[in-house]
Amino acid sequence: MAKQMTIHLRVWRQAGPEAPGRLVDYTVTEANEHMSFLELLDVLNEQLIGKGQDPVEFDSDCREGICGSCGLMVGGIAHGPQRRTAVCQLHMRSFKDGDTITVEPWRARAFPIIRDLVVDRSAFDRIIVAGGYVSVTTGGAPDANALPIRKHEADEAMDYAACIGCGACVAACPNGSASLFTAAKIAHLELLPQGRVESERRTMAMVDQMAAEGFGDCSNHAECEAVCPKGISVAGIARMRRAYMKGVFAG
Amino acid sequence: MTSSGSLLLKALVSPVGRKVLTGITGAGLVIFVIIHMAGNLTYLLPGSDPYNLYAHKLMSFGWGLYVLEIGLATFFLLHAIIGVSIFVRKRRARPKGYKLYKSAGGASRMGLSSRSMIYTGIILLVFLVFHLISFKFGPDVGDGYVAIIKGEEVRDLHRLMTEKFKGPLYAFGYPVIMILLGLHMRHGVWSAMQSLGLTNPRITPIVYPLGLIMGAGVAVGFIVVPLTIYFTPV
Ligand code: HEM
Ligand code: FES
Repeated sequence: MAKQMTIHLRVWRQAGPEAPGRLVDYTVTEANEHMSFLELLDVLNEQLIGKGQDPVEFDSDCREGICGSCGLMVGGIAHGPQRRTAVCQLHMRSFKDGDTITVEPWRARAFPIIRDLVVDRSAFDRIIVAGGYVSVTTGGAPDANALPIRKHEADEAMDYAACIGCGACVAACPNGSASLFTAAKIAHLELLPQGRVESERRTMAMVDQMAAEGFGDCSNHAECEAVCPKGISVAGIARMRRAYMKGVFAG
Repeated sequence: MTSSGSLLLKALVSPVGRKVLTGITGAGLVIFVIIHMAGNLTYLLPGSDPYNLYAHKLMSFGWGLYVLEIGLATFFLLHAIIGVSIFVRKRRARPKGYKLYKSAGGASRMGLSSRSMIYTGIILLVFLVFHLISFKFGPDVGDGYVAIIKGEEVRDLHRLMTEKFKGPLYAFGYPVIMILLGLHMRHGVWSAMQSLGLTNPRITPIVYPLGLIMGAGVAVGFIVVPLTIYFTPV
């Protein structure tokens, strides 16, 4: 039998992009330890709808940690206290019965709040549009192993490709920097032969777009790596800087 | 081929370029403070007037010393200007802060040292002005501070230093500032390496603790001379 829990929530409510927001207190008595944090919010919303109030808006889709739609500051930490999990996979057993949990949206100028806990992350899309792709013609699907790639490089590329673009790195960064996201996309492509050719040009274009979107500079706090649900390493940011320097000196 | 001026301009407007410049200037300043600290320690060496001898050796660089000084001043200014601009951008990037914000721990390198870079940095800059007025532009040969090194009349820096650190403000104020310098370096050493793209998952676990060792080492090295002077009876 799952343990029943009572959870007190302080949730950021904001009616629209320009509306003033505030933290509102709620109590959910029908929580249990196997629920995900998003399911807890679902239960809260049922309560609110039952009382004729507006439900709390938040993003989610796959609820299995792979789509990157979800993202909340839970107890002051992006995606909550459990390491390497998106908030959809954060379970209530990570909390104690009677806990009070503060829930806020990602906060960054480049991620404007749409409503309550939902933010507009299209700035990430525009960084990808600026260069996060490979434009060499590769022809039809190549045969497997036609292009040998060293095992450790394939593994490293895969580690960076694991980025789901949730925005936790920006949310957790004291500077509101998007360096980890941008670096992950750059590193993932740069490590593979098809992507390597355009690496410098791609890096410069994506870094410029990152700045244009109003993200802050990186101060190497590495808080981004700590909250990343995929554990993406700040070593990618060092890699991005190397590619950028190569690009600058190549003219 | 781009000229070096336009290269600098390009770097200043890019978030990665700014980091690379903070890294280069920061690393340069770290090297400078280590040399400066080692030089100060000559004060404690035995023998006749080792500190003035060291100062004399430095002065014998002639115009080379001026080049170094101009380079150093440029590094300080560039470093401080970019540091402030990073801080301004950070404020702009998150106009509305969190009600509750915590570090997730784990891989995070965020802490007192990393969060206080701008404050320790500004204090160091203000200190630098005060420090230069006290020593570099302090009493000279003309004011009677004369020592004889190898038959030559030179500025008696040993006397100047001894007099200054006999006063409690200098003797105890300097150590406080040097602890702040150590704190700045605690995050700064790793940060500069990371900014210059010199890190990878294998060396980061070595580089990060190195910041603590270097920061503490520089602070202690700078602190022993003032305290020794203050507590040595005349
Ligand atoms: C002896 C003096 C100094 C030394 C040895 C030093 C060293 C360093 C180093 C090594 C870094 C890391 C570079 C990087 O992150 O890429 C750094 C960063 C920084 N320094 Fe200094 N610094 C000194 C003076 C100053 C001064 C005078 C300021 C004045 C504002 C300052 C402000 C900063 C700031 C704000 C950062 C962090 C930049 C960021 O957010 O990434 N520092 N410093
Ligand atoms: S909902 Fe898809 S990652 Fe959380």
